[in-house]
Amino acid sequence: MREILADSLIEPVAEAVVNSNKFLPPDVKKALGRAWERETSPAGRDILHQLLENARMAEDTGLPLCQDTGLAVFFVYMGEECCLKGDLNKALNEAVRRGYSRGYLRKSACHPLTRKNTTDNTPAIIHLEQVPGRDFIIRFMAKGGGSENMSRATMLAPAQGWAGIKDFVLRRVAEAGPNPCPPTIVGLGIGGTFDMAPILAKKALFRSLEETNPDPELAKMEEELLAGINNLGIGPMGLGGEVTSLGVKINMAPCHIASLPLAVNIQCHSARHAQVRI
Amino acid sequence: MNSEYRLQTPLGDDDVGKLRSGDKVLLSGLLYTARDAAHKRLMDCLGNGENPPFPLQGAVIYYVGPTPAPPDRPIGSAGPTTSYRMDTYAPRLHDLGVKATIGKGKRDAKVKESLKKNTAVYFGATGGAGALLSSCIQQAKVIAYEDLGPEAIRVLKVKDFPVLVINDSLGGELYAKPRI
Repeated sequence: MREILADSLIEPVAEAVVNSNKFLPPDVKKALGRAWERETSPAGRDILHQLLENARMAEDTGLPLCQDTGLAVFFVYMGEECCLKGDLNKALNEAVRRGYSRGYLRKSACHPLTRKNTTDNTPAIIHLEQVPGRDFIIRFMAKGGGSENMSRATMLAPAQGWAGIKDFVLRRVAEAGPNPCPPTIVGLGIGGTFDMAPILAKKALFRSLEETNPDPELAKMEEELLAGINNLGIGPMGLGGEVTSLGVKINMAPCHIASLPLAVNIQCHSARHAQVRI
Repeated sequence: MNSEYRLQTPLGDDDVGKLRSGDKVLLSGLLYTARDAAHKRLMDCLGNGENPPFPLQGAVIYYVGPTPAPPDRPIGSAGPTTSYRMDTYAPRLHDLGVKATIGKGKRDAKVKESLKKNTAVYFGATGGAGALLSSCIQQAKVIAYEDLGPEAIRVLKVKDFPVLVINDSLGGELYAKPRI
């Protein structure tokens, strides 16, 4: 058994929190570059150019890529040969506290009704899963409010099937229009239960834009939906164009014989996430 | 054919009336920041018959909650937030003299009507370009509701702050209609 001390996670995770808000993941940066090459609308090209400039500016100045530095979302994958000692929730929240303070990041967490800010961007949203192996992996995402607000979950009837899923997703993206800062990445969770579908969708947003889904059936669905979304013509920041989304990522799980849960989690172009492997 | 303008705040009817959706504008002068919580307080303040914390006549309101300023800069990252959440407040503020708001995303029918009625415009800034837009902000100072932290009202001194006219005062709109 590998012993992992919860407190030893604090500093590496705090660093990841800071850096992910200043450096766009390489796959996202490349996808924006490819989008700029492919986009035919002048207004859309102008936006994509600004986004690439913005990424360079953030690298040069150390300013966050976006003023919405998000709520802190973690997916923790604990290898079954690891033994965790200490309080994981406490450690990750301390990492958030340190990272958001040290990195001059915005604290966006507040009471839902009084809207009083918690002042340190805690509590983080933490998901824990046990997986095979010896690795202890922490995935962090700074999830902005604008794109999260445009996300939706629904319970379709089984008879609606793939056609119903496509229809719901395209209508959702069309209705969201410019609001979630396109070009977006669309994460889909299909199946599970009412609570599981959105978690599947959010996990899908961590996948690299450069990787094709290893499941050929899902890869085909992702490709079909991406083509459908880009055919909407919304374009970068809603100004019209070919590139409305950079990618569609699907996670699917078995569901009840009565149900077809579906979640659409929209991610803005500033897809900030990082991984810490212990 | 779209035009490009350089405008100095505060804005008047002459500045705003000529703008058409799609025009590019570089704004210089003062912008006032306000988003969700600040708007709510601003409305309470006006409802109580108190003076607003900044002059509304000709004002440009920027929907933004910036990141904290690092030691060597006037402000942190400062791009626009989604505007529809302020739709419920915008018509009242336009009635009281606000000439433009800056944000991103769609406005509702009441806001668009209010733009026509008051000769006002809705500008879009590039969402997610907060580091880039920060470089056009020369000074920033909290002037009200400091306890709201990122949502406090700030006055920003800007130079050539780049915006696009999304909704103009004649009912023109720039956003693409999805093909569905």
